[in-house]
Amino acid sequence: MGDSQYSFSLTTFSPSGKLVQIEYALMAVGSGQTSLGIKAANGVVIATEKKLPSILVDEASVQKIQPLTTNIGVVYSGMGPDFRVLVRKSRKQAQQYFRLYKEQIPVTQLVRETAAVMQEFTQSGGVRPFGVSLLVAGFDDDGPQLYQVDPSGSYFSWKASAMGKNVSNAKTFLEKRYTDDMELDDAVHTAILTLKEGFEGQISGKNIEIGIIGTDRNFRVLTPAEIDDYLAEVE
Amino acid sequence: MSIFEYNGSALIAMVGKNCFAIASDRRLGVQLQTIATDFQRIYKIHDKLYIGLSGLATDAQTLYQRLVFRHKLYQLREERDMKPETFASLVSAILYEKRFGPYFCQPVIAGLGDDDKPFICTMDSIGAKELAKDFVVAGTASESLYGACESMYKPDMEPEELFETISQALLSSVDRDCLSGWGGHVFVVTPTEVIERTLKGRMD
Repeated sequence: MGDSQYSFSLTTFSPSGKLVQIEYALMAVGSGQTSLGIKAANGVVIATEKKLPSILVDEASVQKIQPLTTNIGVVYSGMGPDFRVLVRKSRKQAQQYFRLYKEQIPVTQLVRETAAVMQEFTQSGGVRPFGVSLLVAGFDDDGPQLYQVDPSGSYFSWKASAMGKNVSNAKTFLEKRYTDDMELDDAVHTAILTLKEGFEGQISGKNIEIGIIGTDRNFRVLTPAEIDDYLAEVE
Repeated sequence: MSIFEYNGSALIAMVGKNCFAIASDRRLGVQLQTIATDFQRIYKIHDKLYIGLSGLATDAQTLYQRLVFRHKLYQLREERDMKPETFASLVSAILYEKRFGPYFCQPVIAGLGDDDKPFICTMDSIGAKELAKDFVVAGTASESLYGACESMYKPDMEPEELFETISQALLSSVDRDCLSGWGGHVFVVTPTEVIERTLKGRMD
């Protein structure tokens, strides 16, 4: 409709009240590899497919799940390079907070500041929105938390969420399987099963990535060997 | 004469058993002339956090306004009060921002932290923090204050005894300093209540 005439400029509203560039950014996210996160009673797990374009790529060098601080980690769906820029900015913000207050940044504050960066890029001249949605998992004094941040800069707290290619199937699966009193290990199993639902080919520790954080407040990415162990338990 | 001695001031903070006390004198002077005898040096940041600011009065007031501004924003963003240790780090950062044109103030911070554990600290005018387990002092009478506190202080005092000790230490020290005195102002803070008292000392 009239929308397409307004789709070239980020900073112009369309007659239907949308910023079409942001819609397109969300489409870029929607065609990215599936990622998901589940908040358990005693921790959070985030996971993603790691489909590489060729078998010649060294999969150990590809890290889609990244720590932002020792107790906060993040995964994405969408454009990898945009993700790396956001990770860099978020890490810097977390360290600036620590420098000022000598206290670890709470998860909500870091999410809020990252979302503010993403929003800036929807209202400035000469830039485009980030083509990623983030799932931020953290454990602080308020317990385990899982947040999704969209290209528009809006953020939501989730008990469990998915993004990317297989999002509707994954969310339906999660809705059925999620329970409030899930333990972290159960959540990892559920995450693996959810990824398996839409997975093309044979799932293994080399083509998915899983990050967890528990009551020890230490975010870490599981090694392929650990993922294979969990996979064996699931089968 | 040093800029820190322009207005005159005396501040003490002391740690007691699950409580703390913070006390100041009440004189505001312009070198040798006394302008006010009811000047407030100790400010409340929140129910369990107090800051006293010694040194140049105009800088003390401006610094206090900036700190309240920062703390209110923090409360709105994070939906909680600042812990005393966090606040001390913030004050230190704000003072160091002005490293080459500093605020001529020496703050004394006292509060109850996690589990109501008493916390006190002081810093110099460019933000060098000094944490102490027993007492901290600041102001023109600081040398006398150090001596008085060192001899009168003992650990784990109850609020009533802490009040007596801090009051005696303050009054005896400011009597030896012509730039501070004209009474005292003492806050004794426990997890459940705050007692504010005014002391009458030598009015000179």
